[in-house]
Amino acid sequence: MLQTEKNRLNPPEKPPPATSVQSLERTSVLLRELVSHLRQNRTELREEWARRITQAKLLTAMSNEEVFAEATSVYDNYVEALETGTFEALQAYARNLSERIIPRGVETHEVVGIVLLLRDVLARSLFAKYQADFTKLDRILDAYEPAANRIANTVAVGFVQERERVIRQQQEAIRELSTPVLQVRERLLILPIIGVIDPQRARQLTEQLLRGIRSNRAKVVVIDITGVAAMDATVANHLVQTVEASRLLGATVIVTGLSPEIAQTIVNIGVDLGKMNTVGDLQGGIEQAERLLGYKVVPFTEVPRTEAQQPG
Amino acid sequence: MEIPILKQGNVLIATLQAAVPDVDLLSLRTALVREVVRSRSRGVIVDVTAIDVMDSFASHILQDLAHMIRLRGAETVIVGIQPEVAFAMVQLGLRLENVATALDLEEGMSYLNRKFRTLA
Repeated sequence: MLQTEKNRLNPPEKPPPATSVQSLERTSVLLRELVSHLRQNRTELREEWARRITQAKLLTAMSNEEVFAEATSVYDNYVEALETGTFEALQAYARNLSERIIPRGVETHEVVGIVLLLRDVLARSLFAKYQADFTKLDRILDAYEPAANRIANTVAVGFVQERERVIRQQQEAIRELSTPVLQVRERLLILPIIGVIDPQRARQLTEQLLRGIRSNRAKVVVIDITGVAAMDATVANHLVQTVEASRLLGATVIVTGLSPEIAQTIVNIGVDLGKMNTVGDLQGGIEQAERLLGYKVVPFTEVPRTEAQQPG
Repeated sequence: MEIPILKQGNVLIATLQAAVPDVDLLSLRTALVREVVRSRSRGVIVDVTAIDVMDSFASHILQDLAHMIRLRGAETVIVGIQPEVAFAMVQLGLRLENVATALDLEEGMSYLNRKFRTLA
């Protein structure tokens, strides 16, 4: 096979046929030659690469042994991707690698850096090997470069995607934690809102509240927005929607803790809060909710003795 | 299929099934508005627990129904709106203005009974 390849390449006066099928064939033959070269020199190239990684102060979070072990698996996966031209295995490996190294604080530039270093190391070894035959070197690089770029791309994208997945997961967790729906009394829920409300959080907040109303059979809900720093038209409308949706489930909503700034903003925006029940602070809101539910909280000493002794 | 109307004391109860054709909704409205006076009922409960999509037509019919029943001297409560349905409704701007709502049939009954007591 190498022979036919050489036969085709050797007469320099005859330009190679440019049809795509043939050029594709040539590329695959060249890649095969490349792969066998990389397999033969696996040990030196790997060591060279690991050395360059340490030199460039990349992957400092990992020990030298770990770097070498990872380098070995990346190298093998790399060669395999070059050989088969399929990137699924490499993609899966990149994801797996990212999963392991992200918690250790490895940065994006380090991952991109090591893949580019490998690309450099291999390219240099190709230069060294085909120095004498410049045409051949040119062809080999033609075959090598797109594949190598694609590999670098795959690994970097895999890493970034994994990071984004982790970030999304954490955002989700923070959101879940930041909107508790709490029952303070039979049929009375409170929903303290803290922080910034974006449309996605507003939606989630409403969904959680509606589910809470249903599962606790709540009749009154106190939404406390003391912890909300700023409010714009979108957020105010979300609040109105939450109140309306709760009403459709048969629950009354009391909004508490509107700061002077928010009150001013709302009046300026002109959002219709006429149908909204607002009370100054959370305590007042809970007291009003208790009145709506027919509770009366009385200090123990004020309860007449006879009444206190009667059950129920 | 025509929606059956049940009588429980002085309350009429209609339960909607998952997919109600618009025609049936219209005939339910007509029947309830007629029956409420004929049966000398003071309240009407429409149970929509099974409904998973409430479009603007259904929502308007229910709203009109409640207003018409009020003109005929009785109270209407819509009960059992699912959380997802409620959320979708407010996003579509379907608010069921001036219509009483309750979590479920039981809540709707106790709402009406409270209402009757205060009116009596």
